[in-house]
Amino acid sequence: MLGNFFIWLNDAFLKMTWLQDLVNDLLIKVFNMDAESYLYNSLSFFIFDVIKIFLLLSVLIYLSSYVQTYFTVERTKKILSKFKGIGANVVGALLGTITPFCSCSSIPIFIGFTKAGLPIGVTFSFLISSPLVDLASVVMLASIFGWKVAIIYVIVGIILAVIGGSLISFFKMEKYVADFLKEKTEVDNEEEILFVSKKEKRKYAVDQVKEIVGRVWFYVLLGVGIGAAIHGYLPAEFIQKILGPDKWYSVFVGVFAGIPMYADIFGTLPIAEALVLKGVGLGTVLAFMMAVTTLSIPSLILLKRVVKNRLLVMFITIVTIGIIIIGYIFNYLIII
Amino acid sequence: MIIKILGSGCKKCKKLYQNAILAADDLGIEAEVIKVTDFQEIAKFNVMQTPALVIDGKIVAKGKVLTKEEIKELL
Repeated sequence: MLGNFFIWLNDAFLKMTWLQDLVNDLLIKVFNMDAESYLYNSLSFFIFDVIKIFLLLSVLIYLSSYVQTYFTVERTKKILSKFKGIGANVVGALLGTITPFCSCSSIPIFIGFTKAGLPIGVTFSFLISSPLVDLASVVMLASIFGWKVAIIYVIVGIILAVIGGSLISFFKMEKYVADFLKEKTEVDNEEEILFVSKKEKRKYAVDQVKEIVGRVWFYVLLGVGIGAAIHGYLPAEFIQKILGPDKWYSVFVGVFAGIPMYADIFGTLPIAEALVLKGVGLGTVLAFMMAVTTLSIPSLILLKRVVKNRLLVMFITIVTIGIIIIGYIFNYLIII
Repeated sequence: MIIKILGSGCKKCKKLYQNAILAADDLGIEAEVIKVTDFQEIAKFNVMQTPALVIDGKIVAKGKVLTKEEIKELL
């Protein structure tokens, strides 16, 4: 009984099966489209995905921004400074998941944490998990690939962040931050600027929705457009020949295709969806998405301004290897 | 009066910069509005959320884009 109710909730709000039916009915009955045609397949994918992604995105950003008002960066820093050893890496990775900072704000956070004396490895655990795993992208993953995939994604993402950060500590990388981070601060600014009232929190959440949707809408449309083209026109045999889960090099292709891309995870999801529907391994697709979010060239250029080459290379190496391993694990899980 | 906008140059920072100029204009204050995009400079203020607004060396807001009216009140 409860199980059925959950399935109903999941279908109605997450997968939005009713919306898919509505879009398909509209295309077939009102526009007299042929359900077998390429154009119908592409259009159905495009219209449904655009509506679904924008609906989910708005609700999810609102919710996660509201949660975020309870975890200001200052508070996160305070919580983190109480933990030691690998425990601190785990807490760092977990805090990274509930704080949906955009990539442009991750560098000031890096500076703040480092100057506050937090271990470099803990800061990196936080920085790896923050773009990789956040509430909004996990629910979107669940909507497209189901809860099982979403939960495994969260777990491996956190493990990657913990291990990555620990390795950076282990190799004593703290020497390789930019020199100005070792200087003392002139202005002492520990004061938290808090959101006092519920009204202020709601206003903040609404502003975040407007801001983020305003920033990513183009990437989402582009991503859905590419996804729709793949869905309707690219033959499955062709894609499987290059990217099928049985091809050992497919994960590498996924990762290296993802690095130069500058997109939001929300823009890459529809491409991922279309590729998986065509039989590309889930691991390959997830590796691609993780590469886009954590290793994109624009965010690496920003990181370069606050760390020395050695640390940057180490960060890239650890994350790349980690993503490739995750890709193989997921591909393997699907075959068995 | 010196107003500084701290931020790496994203959209939000530009918006805050414009709002600050408009606010100073409206009040008829002679103010120099400066964009600070260098991380080394930003780090000196110990600010972790950008954009931040600094009026005469004092941080008055961080992590949010204040409206023209809000900045007017602060000035």
